[in-house]
Amino acid sequence: MNGRAAILARIQSALARPTDVSIRGDSSTTADRAFSRFLPRVGPDADALARQFAENAASLHAEFHHVDSRDHLVERLRELATENDWRTIATHDGPLAKPASEALRVPLHCVGPDDDAATLAQCDAGISECDALIAQTGSVLVTAASAGGRALSVLTPHHVVLATRSQLTPDLPTAFELLARKYADACPSMISFITGPSRTGDIERTLVLGAHGPRRLTLFLLESEE
Amino acid sequence: MTQTARQFQRNCDTTTNDADHRSWIRIALNQAGDARSTAQARFNDWDGACGAASQIKWESLDHLAENLESFEAKLLARGASVHWAETGEDACAYILRVAAERHAKRIVKSKCMTTEEIGLNERLEAAGLKVVESDLGEFIVQLRKEPPYHFVFPAMHLRRNRISETFEREIGAAPTEDAESLTLTARQELRNVFLSADIGISGANFGVADTGMISITENEGNARLTTSIPRIHIAVMGIEKVIPRLADLALLLPVLATSATGQTLTCYNTMIGGPRQPGEVDGPDEFHVILLDNGRTRLLADPGLRDALRCIRCGACLNICPVYRNIGGHAYDTTYQGPIGAVITPHLQDLTNWKHLAFASSLCGACTETCPVGIRLHDHLHHTRSMVAERKTSGLEAMMARMYAFAALRPGLFQWCGRQMRRTLRMTTRFRGGRLDPFRAWRHTRDLPAAPAKSFHDLWKERKA
Repeated sequence: MNGRAAILARIQSALARPTDVSIRGDSSTTADRAFSRFLPRVGPDADALARQFAENAASLHAEFHHVDSRDHLVERLRELATENDWRTIATHDGPLAKPASEALRVPLHCVGPDDDAATLAQCDAGISECDALIAQTGSVLVTAASAGGRALSVLTPHHVVLATRSQLTPDLPTAFELLARKYADACPSMISFITGPSRTGDIERTLVLGAHGPRRLTLFLLESEE
Repeated sequence: MTQTARQFQRNCDTTTNDADHRSWIRIALNQAGDARSTAQARFNDWDGACGAASQIKWESLDHLAENLESFEAKLLARGASVHWAETGEDACAYILRVAAERHAKRIVKSKCMTTEEIGLNERLEAAGLKVVESDLGEFIVQLRKEPPYHFVFPAMHLRRNRISETFEREIGAAPTEDAESLTLTARQELRNVFLSADIGISGANFGVADTGMISITENEGNARLTTSIPRIHIAVMGIEKVIPRLADLALLLPVLATSATGQTLTCYNTMIGGPRQPGEVDGPDEFHVILLDNGRTRLLADPGLRDALRCIRCGACLNICPVYRNIGGHAYDTTYQGPIGAVITPHLQDLTNWKHLAFASSLCGACTETCPVGIRLHDHLHHTRSMVAERKTSGLEAMMARMYAFAALRPGLFQWCGRQMRRTLRMTTRFRGGRLDPFRAWRHTRDLPAAPAKSFHDLWKERKA
């Protein structure tokens, strides 16, 4: 604990001298916290938000589809499974993800506490739920609690997200409000905003998808939850 | 002149004479600038966003001790370990101890500048551990045994043929000019590294005081994998990174992404608040956070320079800097390049060896103008110069200034000196830039204007007459 005491003491004595006014100005001490006013504008109603999310997803090279019902969802998932020749898929024990994945009749790995990551790495796709879709940025908000832990949403080459209409959220500030409301003091150990499929520009600034995470990100928005 | 300053001068000579290199860096950085402008334009009020981000970072420093204590308490309550490291050596020793106690052999890293700062890889390798960088750019420069060229774009100086050569030589890949194939090669090579690593080491872009979390910004997913798969996760974070509230990220994440890479958000923005919790299916059993001082409290103690601790490491000041654009990232020989590196390195390391960085600037102020959190970078460079001048022991410059003052106060002598100077300029024109040129230091790479026939004094007299 020596380092701790020494560092904290140095911080206290350093801050005893006020910051030069020439550097900081005499600005107020707290930030304007209505961040939504600064960030990219969002649509006024649910339809506008859905359109905005779709536009953002498209520019991020994510695939976004509306589905009317759970049956319709399974139908679209089956098409994906056939087109892409999925041999094994992974999912988690979620009320939407698990039954939909089971209905595909493709060998299924449901993530659990005794798994080896290598098993998940062999799967062709990972199907997960999420906490929210964010219209402002085209992001998917996942947590270790909502999306089957940490690796399911990042280790397979194709991540499929199942979201419901009520999860469509306008912007980043409301997404953080949602996290605080939903989890309060029992926050999952991982929260991630996923904005499009994994990418890199490290080679001559050329955009390449699928750097280390999924090369494809498919998003289904379920219109009704009957 | 110190060894480091001489090396800096040699490095600058090499890159400024390499026209291909400079032209590629200019193209790449112009693209980065264009992308940023587009992303900025998506904001409803970019200046307002920067103003609020700037305030949040000031608040973070104002309450740094409380923020760190809250950050630590929340993490401890969720089963993480927190280690306060006064020096880089202390941080390295802690990581080596964790590795030795757990019999770890293989380590995978996601991009982390603080570990570059403390020379962690060398220490781990010396202890017989296998360390692999997983960010594509970092992986490439690690294979080439080079330091990162830019703290956001580590391999931006390399054209694809050079990357292909590196992969061919170091990992036996087939040569290709295709960026996608090169990326795929790295992905395949690193898959098993992730799956077999005993420890994952990451950095942190922000620490969050109210919830006890670290936040990591990335595009590739390598940080997600580094923090998901290995049994032990160690994060190394500078103490200045702690912000008050999780909700502040709603602003800071898009401001960082916009300034750094011209994206509204990068692909993965991940907050980690502990090891795997009860009921979770995966995640590391152990999570260690190292809070690194390593000179930061020294910067904090300076009532002006502490401003630089608000940096969010977006790299925008490098991209815009006319000096960085011409001398390139490797010339600095520092972990943090460009204007921000020139501001903090002389104070994080030592002023004697690194003061030359404060002079490698035209003080044009482009860095200050572009900084999203409003750090007064060029003022700090200027301030550092004053500090150097105050402690200067060599009398040569002072003597020259006294001689100039002596002449300037005596019009006859001043005019005589001017005449001698014009004559010397005319006489030495034929030696321009050569060994006999008394103005060689300037003229071997630049021209001087031709010596005028008449002095200002002569012209003034003529006009009055």
